[in-house]
Amino acid sequence: MTHTAPVTDWAADFDVMDPRYLADPFSIWDELRQTCPIPHTGRRKSSWMPLRYDDVTAIAHDIEHFSSLKVAVIPGDEDEDPNANFDGPNLEYGLPPISADPPLHTWTRRLLLPWFSHNRVDTYVPLTRDLCRALLDGFADKGHADAAADYAQQIPVRVIARILGVSTDLADTFTGWVRDVLEFADDQERRQRGADGLLYYFVEQVAYRKENPGDDLLSELLHTEVEGQPVDDGIVLGMAALVLIAGVDTTWSAIGSSLWHLATHDEDRKRLVAEPQLMATAVEELLRAYSPVTMAREVTQDIDYAGCPMKQGDKVLMNFPAANRDPEAFEHPEVVQLDRAHNRHVAFGSGIHRCAGSNLARMELQVALEEWLARIPEFSLAEGQEITWAGGQVRGPRILPVVFP
Amino acid sequence: MKIRVDPDKCQGHARCYGLAPELFDVDDYGQSTVIVDEVPVELEDKARLAIANCPEYAIEIISE
Repeated sequence: MTHTAPVTDWAADFDVMDPRYLADPFSIWDELRQTCPIPHTGRRKSSWMPLRYDDVTAIAHDIEHFSSLKVAVIPGDEDEDPNANFDGPNLEYGLPPISADPPLHTWTRRLLLPWFSHNRVDTYVPLTRDLCRALLDGFADKGHADAAADYAQQIPVRVIARILGVSTDLADTFTGWVRDVLEFADDQERRQRGADGLLYYFVEQVAYRKENPGDDLLSELLHTEVEGQPVDDGIVLGMAALVLIAGVDTTWSAIGSSLWHLATHDEDRKRLVAEPQLMATAVEELLRAYSPVTMAREVTQDIDYAGCPMKQGDKVLMNFPAANRDPEAFEHPEVVQLDRAHNRHVAFGSGIHRCAGSNLARMELQVALEEWLARIPEFSLAEGQEITWAGGQVRGPRILPVVFP
Repeated sequence: MKIRVDPDKCQGHARCYGLAPELFDVDDYGQSTVIVDEVPVELEDKARLAIANCPEYAIEIISE
């Protein structure tokens, strides 16, 4: 397939799955911001990729020209026909509110937000802390661990499963499905397998919770009314799938990248151990410097944006991670400053699609780092062992071997 | 100093509340509001910090 050829022209033929981009997107963004701040590619589907903070936030706010109906960075069947080649359950409403425009976006988002409010997230702290401690108990005495697979990957999936009301015993299965959908999206068969797994599971859960409601998010969605009407099962299905997909890969990536940074930057690690009061700004700074998530938009009508002739149906890859490294918006963006005072980062997006789970993600990242540093204040990368990074829609380490005394 | 959060611009990032809970509250839907009529002098720096961290430029100074 043509889209697997190595990239030689990043301005006109970029590929977010290219090995160089996966390993080091930062230098590519820095070069392009100078020469071509909204590169284009014809690979997979005609797509634009704004890299400047002002462009990314302006497009995020222009929901008239840039729709959220198709948010996958790697186009799939849903870009052609949501029900193509698929005779099982399907997501006729997509994954609202993330893949919806108003008005569907507005009321579905309002149903989710209270579950992720500041006050509600505070009540999830004890279970998150217990979970982190139990994971650390498993390897803290061994002197080595895979900080991604043994720790970061294990945390958000279990917290989100508890909130949704589904079994934490299936955490590894959920993680597999979400990775199939997001990370291995170029492999259509694998992507479909992950999507099928998720959908069939939630179809069964929806049926079960209708008869056996609990005090969980899924039950509430099934037993709530909007303007006097129950919420359509298809919408509940999409919302439940979204909460799992969005709550797993993303936060796990942020935790993993932050641990990678602390494993490779002795001074920052020592400072954070010595000055725990820096944790709040440190969390925001790590989110800025290693923002995991890029979301797509779809151009709704031909438009000339900043000299780019965007056509109806083109994708726009909302590169929030690159926006957060824009020197026009951040002083010395390439440097992680744990006490950075002015940090208007958009790791959680901008505008009406601001990540609904941002309070939860921030809490999970903070608790995961606090507990790790309390138990393992000294650690570094394991020499000679390879680190692998996932990229595209969500960037973060998937294998991160570290050693500690 | 008097400040306000523009409800049409606020998208619930809750950065202001995280930085200055003495000055802001945030509801179940993420909407932030200013909870003081006048920002105490000793908290003016915190107010400016909140303004400088809002990704939506939603916090305004009404009067210095």
